Amino acid sequence: MASDKVEFELVSPERLLLSDLVDMVVVPGSEGDFGVLPRHAPLISTLRPGVIRVFEGREVKERIFVAGGFAEVTPERCTVLAEEALPVGDIDASAVDQELKDLGEDLADAKTDEEKAAIAKRIKVRQAMRAAAG
Amino acid sequence: MASLKDLRNRRASVQNTRKITSAMKMVAGAKLKRAQEAAEAARPYAERMGRMLGSLARSMKGQAGAPALLAGTGKDQTQLIVVITSDRGLCGAFNSSITRRVRQLARRLRDEGKTVRFLCVGKKGRDNLRRDYSSAIVETVSEVGRKQLRFGEADAIAGKIAALFAKGEFDVATVVYNKFKSAMSQIPTDLQLIPFAPGEEPKEAAAGEGARAAYEYEPDEKEILAELLPRNLSIQIFAALLESNASEHGARMTAMDNATRNAGEMIRKLTLTYNRTRQAMITKELIEIISGAEAL
Repeated sequence: MASDKVEFELVSPERLLLSDLVDMVVVPGSEGDFGVLPRHAPLISTLRPGVIRVFEGREVKERIFVAGGFAEVTPERCTVLAEEALPVGDIDASAVDQELKDLGEDLADAKTDEEKAAIAKRIKVRQAMRAAAG
Repeated sequence: MASLKDLRNRRASVQNTRKITSAMKMVAGAKLKRAQEAAEAARPYAERMGRMLGSLARSMKGQAGAPALLAGTGKDQTQLIVVITSDRGLCGAFNSSITRRVRQLARRLRDEGKTVRFLCVGKKGRDNLRRDYSSAIVETVSEVGRKQLRFGEADAIAGKIAALFAKGEFDVATVVYNKFKSAMSQIPTDLQLIPFAPGEEPKEAAAGEGARAAYEYEPDEKEILAELLPRNLSIQIFAALLESNASEHGARMTAMDNATRNAGEMIRKLTLTYNRTRQAMITKELIEIISGAEAL
């Protein structure tokens, strides 16, 4: 029974968000999305901002947005350490738009290259979030 | 001998103090529960991060070109001590046990001829260390987790440490904080942050999930490490802050419980003295009246 399911765990620094036996998860790796089925080869990957899709049978059961982080895959298990995670349904598109606008202004005000890079990174995350909200 | 009025006033003042301490105890108790839950909720992440980083660090061991956060600078001349204390007092020995440990550590390092610097989190630690080491305090962060401790705050502190390290301001960083054991006892603990010290290989690794070394890395090991290490720094600090926060409320609760009990004892004694004095006065007055009547 357990062998044809993946033990999927999603953890944020503040708490354990999800721990479930699922059929498949699709994770947005930094070098492309990858699906994790049972008996997947051991893998450690970084994540890009994007949506994790949890599959139950052939249906997508849950869609969760992550701002980045790491995934550890073993034959039995898939652990995602997310920096920021939010179910796609909970994304408030107008709030994200507002944030994008503010960040755009911040970027114009930023002086040092470091600041600019930090803000540009945040903008990328928000853009991905906006795209996920559809 | 104190007059009746004095005794009454003193008793009233102790009663007020007891009200305050018992209220503080209640508040600390409620906060402790929340802080403890937060500390427990954060544990899975830290655990898995440690596991991942441990296996990476072991596979990188001995290879050239490991990031400085892992390999260190090759020296241990300048030591940074991150001191985590509270912003407010009235929590028993919570802060002094930390500063005592920090002082011991600093003295030992200085005796070895090393330079010691401090980064204080929390006002109380800074106030205490400022007396002797004012020039060695690099920075102070206060008002951390005033309402609820967020990961972002830990991240900001970690960012400061990483920036100092990148500038070559120190070689080794150690954090000193109170580890939460129970409301009654907190253990001052120190933990080396930079360079990262991987724990022992978990025992189950050999038997259970066998091919631990055979991970594939995407992108490659170095890039993952470069992202994972700063992240780990934030996590370690976050965990330390959470532990310290829970400890603070625990220590305060215990201290306030003791204070409330002591105030109760004091009130009992004052009441006894008050009643005795009152009775003595009544007796004295009666004797005066009776002897006055007899004299007639």
